[in-house]
Amino acid sequence: MTITEKKNFRLVGNRVPRHDAIAKARGEQLYSDDWVMPNMLYGKVLRSKYPSAILKGIDTSKAKALPGVHAVLTWEDVPLNQEVTKFGQMRDVGGGFEGLYKVLAHGKIRSKAEPIALVAAETQELAEEACKLIEVDYEVTEGVYDPREALKDGAYLVSSEDDTNRIMDTMIRMGDVDSAWDKCDLIVENDFYATPHDHAYLETESGMAWIDENGVITMRVGTQVLEHYRTIANVMKMPHTKIRNMGVPMGGGFGGKEDITVETFLCLLTAATRRPVKMVWSREESIECHSKRHPEYLHYKTGVTKDGHVVAQEVNIVLDGGSYTYCTPWVQMYSTMNGAGCYHFPNSRCTSVSAFTNNTFSSANRGFGATQTNFSYDRQMDIIAKKLGMSPYEFRRMNVLRNGDPQHTGFVPQGHVALTELLDVVWEKLNEVPKVDYLPDGRKFGRGIACAQMGYGRLCFLHDNSRVALRLELDGTVTLRAGVPDLGGGQGSVLAQIAAEEFGLPIEDVHPYVMDTHLTPLCGTTTATRQLYMSGNACIEACKPLKAALARKAAEIIKATWWPVTTEAGYEWEPDIANIEGQLEFHDRKIYYAPDPQKCVDFKTVVAHISNEGGELFNEGQFNAPAVEVPDLSDIKGQILPDMTYTCHGVDVAVDEETGEYEILRLIAAIDCGKAINRNSCEGQVEGGAIYNLGWVREDLHWENGITKANNFSTYLIPTAVDAPDVETILLESRGGIGPYGAKGVGEPADNSICPATVNALSDAVGVEFFCTNVKPEDVLKAIKEKNKKNK
Amino acid sequence: MSKHDITLNVNGKKYELTVESNELLLNVLRERLYLTGSKYGCGIAECGACTILKDDESYFACMVPAVAADGWNITTVEGLADGDKLNPVQQAFIDNSAIQCGFCVPGMVVTSTALLRENPDPDEDFVKDYLRGNFCRCTGYVAMVKSVLDAAGKMKEAK
Repeated sequence: MTITEKKNFRLVGNRVPRHDAIAKARGEQLYSDDWVMPNMLYGKVLRSKYPSAILKGIDTSKAKALPGVHAVLTWEDVPLNQEVTKFGQMRDVGGGFEGLYKVLAHGKIRSKAEPIALVAAETQELAEEACKLIEVDYEVTEGVYDPREALKDGAYLVSSEDDTNRIMDTMIRMGDVDSAWDKCDLIVENDFYATPHDHAYLETESGMAWIDENGVITMRVGTQVLEHYRTIANVMKMPHTKIRNMGVPMGGGFGGKEDITVETFLCLLTAATRRPVKMVWSREESIECHSKRHPEYLHYKTGVTKDGHVVAQEVNIVLDGGSYTYCTPWVQMYSTMNGAGCYHFPNSRCTSVSAFTNNTFSSANRGFGATQTNFSYDRQMDIIAKKLGMSPYEFRRMNVLRNGDPQHTGFVPQGHVALTELLDVVWEKLNEVPKVDYLPDGRKFGRGIACAQMGYGRLCFLHDNSRVALRLELDGTVTLRAGVPDLGGGQGSVLAQIAAEEFGLPIEDVHPYVMDTHLTPLCGTTTATRQLYMSGNACIEACKPLKAALARKAAEIIKATWWPVTTEAGYEWEPDIANIEGQLEFHDRKIYYAPDPQKCVDFKTVVAHISNEGGELFNEGQFNAPAVEVPDLSDIKGQILPDMTYTCHGVDVAVDEETGEYEILRLIAAIDCGKAINRNSCEGQVEGGAIYNLGWVREDLHWENGITKANNFSTYLIPTAVDAPDVETILLESRGGIGPYGAKGVGEPADNSICPATVNALSDAVGVEFFCTNVKPEDVLKAIKEKNKKNK
Repeated sequence: MSKHDITLNVNGKKYELTVESNELLLNVLRERLYLTGSKYGCGIAECGACTILKDDESYFACMVPAVAADGWNITTVEGLADGDKLNPVQQAFIDNSAIQCGFCVPGMVVTSTALLRENPDPDEDFVKDYLRGNFCRCTGYVAMVKSVLDAAGKMKEAK
């Protein structure tokens, strides 16, 4: 149990400005693209012209002959061109979970994003010119662009390294679905499609690398996974000690900077030229070449009784893994885990299969497999409620998971399950505005609700852990070191806040130094909504022995200063040290004897005493998540994730029936965050997550035979301030999480249940069911026209 | 490619430069004057991460040829604060926690500064409409819109 008993918070729960806010407001924060070095070269990647081809040959002679070009590299120049994908895990999990990481194309080209050659030149223009001079001999092949086609016998084989397009199969079952259909009064079957989705962080992939005076290849690259330095060292055939990333805050990540981006390319080019090399991807290169949210085809068959109890559900999912494995098996686990949804089905079965195609590879994107199923099961619940004549709220409330209910793997989460409270608060809030058929301006009105669950913390079979180091300075301030990549969520700042709370210091007295592979303890990845949970707990662990030593010394000082005390009765008494020590409180830069706060000592005085006596003022704490063995993927049972966070969203829409154009009138976002540590950061995640997920409904990224359509910001349209409704955020604080002080993770869960709530509202408005996450005004208009035609 | 001599006044400092005809103002600011606050986000004037002020008016530096900016009076994000004292928009962005990853923030505070010079008493719709050329992927804009209105209120009080 990590839920602490602590109740009187001085900093935790407040709206604390982050340590880096001023630099960011002044434009002084340096990002990956902001570094320059003397004698620097510019790196550029030549990528495939075709999504599917066989690489017959590469002639680099003309490019190499161009003056100012210092390196042109192909697969033959990469010390280890084929490695295994790792995502910062400390444990080899092998099997289907670790795929091929191929640095430069060799054999079959699997997507249009595939890198073929690397160039380093004196200027950006020269590097681009050199890329044009590289002659690539392609044998263009047909390719396959739909995972359902890729799984058929005789389908085009995407890879030259595997004899199948199949990546992984999984299955989770509970009860006996096959014999349960007889008990159902109503069975509803539907097919859903979850579209690909781009992260569209404002900062494109970029960074620089150089060789330091000791021969260490050093990078300045923002990444969600600092631990990639190990894979890069393997590729370079260098010791892990000789590849360093002095990480940089990211200009957004959302999962898209979870895979290796520019790092390997930079290291190869700087090693080849022995000069610093910089690389910046253009927006077009970024959208075409980094991962996408997995497109998923989902079939749902759901059975219920006529009084509205769910009985059985069968789910079949096909995931488009795209060109390479990357996070596909991990995302697939999340989809399968969440397939049956946050509802208590006594009988359920969810099977899933993933396949290679010649589309851009799919990997992590905020929501990580949970969002695709969340859209589908919560649309399905809405459709069923209508058929039963029940309100969408009532039907959900009757069937959502409650405390003590098992997940579909049989595991009962330890954390609080807040789904009923969340549904209640959102439904009540929605109904503060009476539901109408039409608005006074003539637009059709619709209302939707949806709820979701999503894990925080990584898959338990990865045996996840994190470390934080603290050093008490002689002036009573604290230096915190943590290898925590900050992608904008305040991952570094919140650790300083926790340490400050524990030591009773103001936030400005604790300074976090973050994200250096070789100088900060490794915290693991900023993925899987895990940093607050994992590193927050590690920070508390790191504080404990230091606090104990401080308390011991403070007790001695307090005793020496204030005792013996002569009582009115005239005798002297003094408590023992342990008694004082047990009743100390840390706050306001002092350590107080709680029964009589007059008796106190300055924090820095205690530190000085310990230092003078040669005591330890430094500690590194580690936290380990619950660990299990890799499950049997054909029948997954037990604990897969540490715990779940629950959300509920309510949406009101107005639809113009003449044009199909719609407006989000209200968006209510409720989440049980367990305990808000930094209230502003927590609300920021919920607001940002809501608009990110709402964006998925309108953003239209797709491929036509492997070619990315909408590869820049004039065609890939993300929400602007005008498109974003006000988000009415409701934070429930159950204290029922397994993070610090009972917190739960919010980053990715905050990106669930908005899309289904929105599409549910649109369906409610126009009386037509939608089965795709992407609903544009033209889709709404088409649906209205078809409905009207039918009714004639 | 021809070379051109130009003069830029940036954040109160005069620079005399020789630029190529295809050089963009954003690249000159970032790579030659080392004012890296203005960001590259899209290169096609869609995302607003490169927003700067010419006098009181906002421009996308990624679409302005440096030659065309000859003689301009430019303020970048680095020029908004007065020493340690942040301008009201910057302060409001901090106070309202409108900063997450922060990559859009330079462009966002520059645009918001232009907004308040043009209209010191904006309503929410005006702010949203004015900021439509500046993308943010982290915050959902809620705290940003609040920040601009907050800054407007504080500036009025100060008068």
